[in-house]
Amino acid sequence: MAFTAGVITFPGSNCDRDMAVAIEAVSGKPATRIWHGDAALPEGLDFIAVPGGFSYGDYLRSGAMAANSPVMRAVAEAAERGVPVLGVCNGFQILTETGLLPGALMRNAGIHFVCREVPLIVGNDTSLFTAKYSKGQEIVIPVAHHDGNYYADDETLDRLEGEGQVAFRYADNPNGSARDIAGVLNTKGNVLGMMPHPERKIEAAQGGDDGRALFEGVFEGLSVA
Amino acid sequence: MKVNVHVSLKPGVLDPQGRAIHHALEGLGFSGVNDVRAGRLIALDVADDTSDEALDEMCRKLLANMVIENYRIEKVG
Repeated sequence: MAFTAGVITFPGSNCDRDMAVAIEAVSGKPATRIWHGDAALPEGLDFIAVPGGFSYGDYLRSGAMAANSPVMRAVAEAAERGVPVLGVCNGFQILTETGLLPGALMRNAGIHFVCREVPLIVGNDTSLFTAKYSKGQEIVIPVAHHDGNYYADDETLDRLEGEGQVAFRYADNPNGSARDIAGVLNTKGNVLGMMPHPERKIEAAQGGDDGRALFEGVFEGLSVA
Repeated sequence: MKVNVHVSLKPGVLDPQGRAIHHALEGLGFSGVNDVRAGRLIALDVADDTSDEALDEMCRKLLANMVIENYRIEKVG
């Protein structure tokens, strides 16, 4: 089975290698590494991951510069075609800045950078990314961010909740996010953005493997298709 | 043409930085500070024939995030 995953690297990305390692650990196939300046994506990508870090030094706003890089235009086009796109941490910020996901990530309500494991409640188990979890399940995934305070207006939040687009919620909100939202899906369900780092919970040696099911869901879902 | 773009959080959007500055001012003994909102000033030097529409587009496409921020364009000469 051919499975080609791509991981985007921006200047300042620092979770791109972790992401690539996680994808290979689950799929058995190395991920293609893609540089931010590439205007076109490699042909035939089945899955695109936008990793965490501090792209462009978080200049202007977290994710704002990366959102305007050539490669993100290509990622947006791929997402439109239905290619699954995962954005983690800075990747989530980039996806909101490009408009692929609603809302924005603001400075943590408590001002401090938060770096610790957090319990999450799975809010959706029907998307490609969340199919291997069950709704209401509690999983533990680490966060490490300064700007993770999810904001959207009430109308948007109501819609996200009503349409099952809230993929994960914090059991113990670490950053002030509206309605404890830790991760959201787009309306089609092929784009997921989340602040916690599932790629850091792939093997027992990392203190747990609660993130593994997310990548298994993508890999197995695409393999069946 | 010199143009200042003032970017600020929309009213009602929680401003943790403004709140921290507020606390710090109080800590320094300044009383009577009712509220603090922190924003950003972006100073542009643009061609004299830059249209208002183009300036507006710069703000909406990049300088401000319209989900959480407002902007005000001020031509300063």
